[in-house]
Amino acid sequence: MSQATQQDAETGVIESVSGPVVTARDLDARMNDVVYVGDEGLMGEVIEIEGDITTIQVYEETSGVGPGEPVENTGEPLSVDLGPGMLDAIYDGTQRPLDVLEEKMNSAFLDRGVDAPGIDLEKEWEFQPEVEEGDEVSAGDVVGIVEETVTIDHKVMVPPDSEGGEVVSVESGDYTVEDTVVELDNGEEITMHQEWPVRTPRPAVEKKTPTKPLISGQRVLDGLFPIAKGGTAAIPGPFGSGKTVTQHQLAKWADADIVVYVGCGERGNEMTEVIEDFPELDDPKTGNPLMARTCLIANTSNMPVAARESCIYTGITIAEFFRDMGYDVALMADSTSRWAEAMREISSRLEEMPGEEGYPAYLSARLSQFYERAGFFENTNGTTGSVSVIGAVSPPGGDFSEPVTQNTLRIVKTFWALDADLAERRHFPSINWNESYSLYRDQLDPWFEENVTEDWSEIRQWAIDVLDEESELQEIVQLVGKDALPEDQQLTLEIARYLREAYLQQNAFHPTDTFCPPEKTHLILTTIKTYNDEAFEALDAGVPVEDLVSLDSTPRINRIGVQEDYEEFIEELKEDITEELRGMY
Amino acid sequence: MKEYQTINEISGPLVYAEVDEPIGYDEIVEIETEDGRTLRGQVLESSDGLVAIQVFEGTSGIDRDASVRFLGETLKMPVTEDLLGRVMDGTGQPIDGGPEIVPESREDIIGAAINPYSREYPEEFIQTGVSAIDGMNTLVRGQKLPIFSASGLPHNDLALQIARQASVPEEEEEGDEGSEFAVIFGAMGITQEEANEFMDDFERTGALERSVVFANLADDPAVERTVTPRLALTTAEYLAFEKDYHVLVILTDMTNYCEALREIGAAREEVPGRRGYPGYMYTDLATLYERAGRIQGREGSVTQIPILTMPGDDDTHPIPDLTGYITEGQIYVDRDLNSQGVQPPVNVLPSLSRLMDDGIGEGLTREDHGDVANQMYAAYAEGENLRDLVNIVGREALSDRDNKYLDFADDFETDFIDQGFDTNRELEDTLDLGWDLLSQLPKEELNRIDEEFIETYYVDDEGEEVEATAD
Repeated sequence: MSQATQQDAETGVIESVSGPVVTARDLDARMNDVVYVGDEGLMGEVIEIEGDITTIQVYEETSGVGPGEPVENTGEPLSVDLGPGMLDAIYDGTQRPLDVLEEKMNSAFLDRGVDAPGIDLEKEWEFQPEVEEGDEVSAGDVVGIVEETVTIDHKVMVPPDSEGGEVVSVESGDYTVEDTVVELDNGEEITMHQEWPVRTPRPAVEKKTPTKPLISGQRVLDGLFPIAKGGTAAIPGPFGSGKTVTQHQLAKWADADIVVYVGCGERGNEMTEVIEDFPELDDPKTGNPLMARTCLIANTSNMPVAARESCIYTGITIAEFFRDMGYDVALMADSTSRWAEAMREISSRLEEMPGEEGYPAYLSARLSQFYERAGFFENTNGTTGSVSVIGAVSPPGGDFSEPVTQNTLRIVKTFWALDADLAERRHFPSINWNESYSLYRDQLDPWFEENVTEDWSEIRQWAIDVLDEESELQEIVQLVGKDALPEDQQLTLEIARYLREAYLQQNAFHPTDTFCPPEKTHLILTTIKTYNDEAFEALDAGVPVEDLVSLDSTPRINRIGVQEDYEEFIEELKEDITEELRGMY
Repeated sequence: MKEYQTINEISGPLVYAEVDEPIGYDEIVEIETEDGRTLRGQVLESSDGLVAIQVFEGTSGIDRDASVRFLGETLKMPVTEDLLGRVMDGTGQPIDGGPEIVPESREDIIGAAINPYSREYPEEFIQTGVSAIDGMNTLVRGQKLPIFSASGLPHNDLALQIARQASVPEEEEEGDEGSEFAVIFGAMGITQEEANEFMDDFERTGALERSVVFANLADDPAVERTVTPRLALTTAEYLAFEKDYHVLVILTDMTNYCEALREIGAAREEVPGRRGYPGYMYTDLATLYERAGRIQGREGSVTQIPILTMPGDDDTHPIPDLTGYITEGQIYVDRDLNSQGVQPPVNVLPSLSRLMDDGIGEGLTREDHGDVANQMYAAYAEGENLRDLVNIVGREALSDRDNKYLDFADDFETDFIDQGFDTNRELEDTLDLGWDLLSQLPKEELNRIDEEFIETYYVDDEGEEVEATAD
């Protein structure tokens, strides 16, 4: 969290305390100003002003805080520190680095009233200028580069609120984030450190239509329901259906330059898994440690509820900052339902009139404001960058008709519906192929056709048709049994089974199968299609269906996923299938 | 310390009193009634001049003239290693007639959140001796794995079986005596009979010596239930992180705890969330469940097994629903299996252990563990699915393959799950039993198991086949 300046501080007095909501008297404050509450100086934010009474949501536990204690206003909105040092960091919901907190508190438990800047203010970075004396620069322009991690060059930019001007002094060298690296003719001093209020989107020139896919290495996503770089997606699902594993898979394998992972109101052990796993994993794109491109925000379910409300904004502001540098950023939010519940909890403490299921009436507006900050943008400095947002939703009882899911679906263009039945059958990722959709498909097909294979959309449509037919046939099978079906339909069921087992299912815990490049995704489909085409010809030639579904070679289709040298394996398998089938007639 | 006689409203479990000094949120209050009883409570809301107090023992007997004392501190639990073997009531007062507790320190019962950065990821396998758990939904140290049950089901027997049998095989082999095992039992609103069941078992097996019991019974004040689990968990954290114990916390019944939350919410006229439960129930439950875990550099661990009874067997009810979103999996106790006499009646299909994948496999349990579990899940699900069809068309109408799956599902229930509450099965035996069952299926069907493991473990009955063809 950004350290607000103290000079224009105004103080008030606590009037009442009720959980995370505190009211204060005689406090001169604007909406959304950050205040320090009580003798311990707990951080809070102004959320309501009525007459002489100011209502504050406090980002820390309020046990023992009582009326009469002071409230100090900083006069600044909740902001984050932006600058080199955000990657490879782990923050809480208000951008306090958790490792620094552990050190400062000298305890494994989170104490109160301890503040820390979001980026290290003392560390020196090697600054390489990109401009010369005499150059004209304006807001957003890149003035220099700092190697933030082995993977990412941090671009030092003119702050968005700067008037710009002529560079009068610039020099390479080692600087802290507070040191001036560029001086302009109007006296403005540019540092590597920017502050930005989290609830305000950072400016850009234009939002454009995204045309490139965010490759996830997950067959069912890339193959059937792709998301664009700059797109939005929702993953709703009941507990135990694999939301978090899917989010982790995306954070690990998505081909974004930067990943911002927001653990919002989720399990502590899960965040620990991320913190322990990611530094050991390699970035599939560069081979460098995955953490070198990752920023983690962990606000677990037992951390204060108000900080859960703000962690989503902290995350998206950091994502936008990297977008401004021209990077493709992917933001995972797990879970947006916890965020909505935090809003509900605070709203109910304010005794606001509730909307649907107790959620505040502004739920839908807040959700759309958040997802609208995603997109493929032309930045003010002429580069293009994107923020893709993937939000997990945890609907109570797995019921998708609840307000958070419904309001989210009205905004996002990709819907990955997780299914408890599939999860029970250990079909992972348990994404229901009948209910899910992606509105980016048409927009992204040209890219796949150019970069992977020409018949990308054609063969996908074939797979979808087979799966559709299967779900219709399954209804009949439930009534009369499989053997009562005509032979061609029995064969279709067998083909569909391979689509489900070899194509849609993927083992996230297998070292090879966990990431499937689009080429392999495509080849698996063509293998099943080969079986399909050859088997139907054999059927036409009079071979009984019992023989066609009990080939020696076809079970190997299910093993393609785990093959590292898949191309050879697939070639051989296709030949074997063809040979075996043609030998039957 | 100032005394007030300024109570101006009493409603349900709440008392409102006027004060002329600032009172802290969550502060402890003592109320003395005219007949000399002292009741304890906690500040729920504090505004200038007026505080709302939730009284643990209930408000009956309090009148306007009762005197109110604010103790100036939040509720603390006196902790010491000597608590082991003691029995306390729901507010932490000893009821076993033993000596007074001399605390080593007094800990705030509203525990601070563990910094996610300081946590250690749980991956030490705990053998419970129950195949349905060890084989299919493995428990690890530092996990919170609730039992989802319903009225009339033997969830207590299962919890007791786990408490009795839980061990870490590797450490036993090495003779490692670094950390001891302790059980903390937090009872909320359970009947005297249920409590006796637990206590008798603890005494019979000698487990009481390494246990701490907090008992809020069904006829104890409901509001008291909101502090019972916090006392239990504070004690657990102390024993685990200060005294290096591996602590297993059993909390039963979480449904009663949530009812108490709702009662307080209603008394305060809060805007209710789903089914009248308060909107902050998720956060509140999280502050309990998230107190399980391990911390880097500390020997001990806190593992939680909360038990909850689902009203109407409905797992979309807010209590199981919110619990499932916080805990790392769940074990379902199933009514149908129970009526078939399966013991323990664990339905593995909806059950899940989220930390299983990292706690099993080569070097941890056995190399084939994950694959075997996955394959058994898939095969049992398939068999279970076919049962509906059998009801319509009969077994004869099904293919040979389908019949094999049906047999598998039946045998899985009778051989694998139904082991009885007194059998302690080693993990090796559980997995071998799994292979016996899987070997009923043709090798080609085992598509979730690595070929190598099939080679090693598949029980070939080729001998018989040869005989059959010879006939």
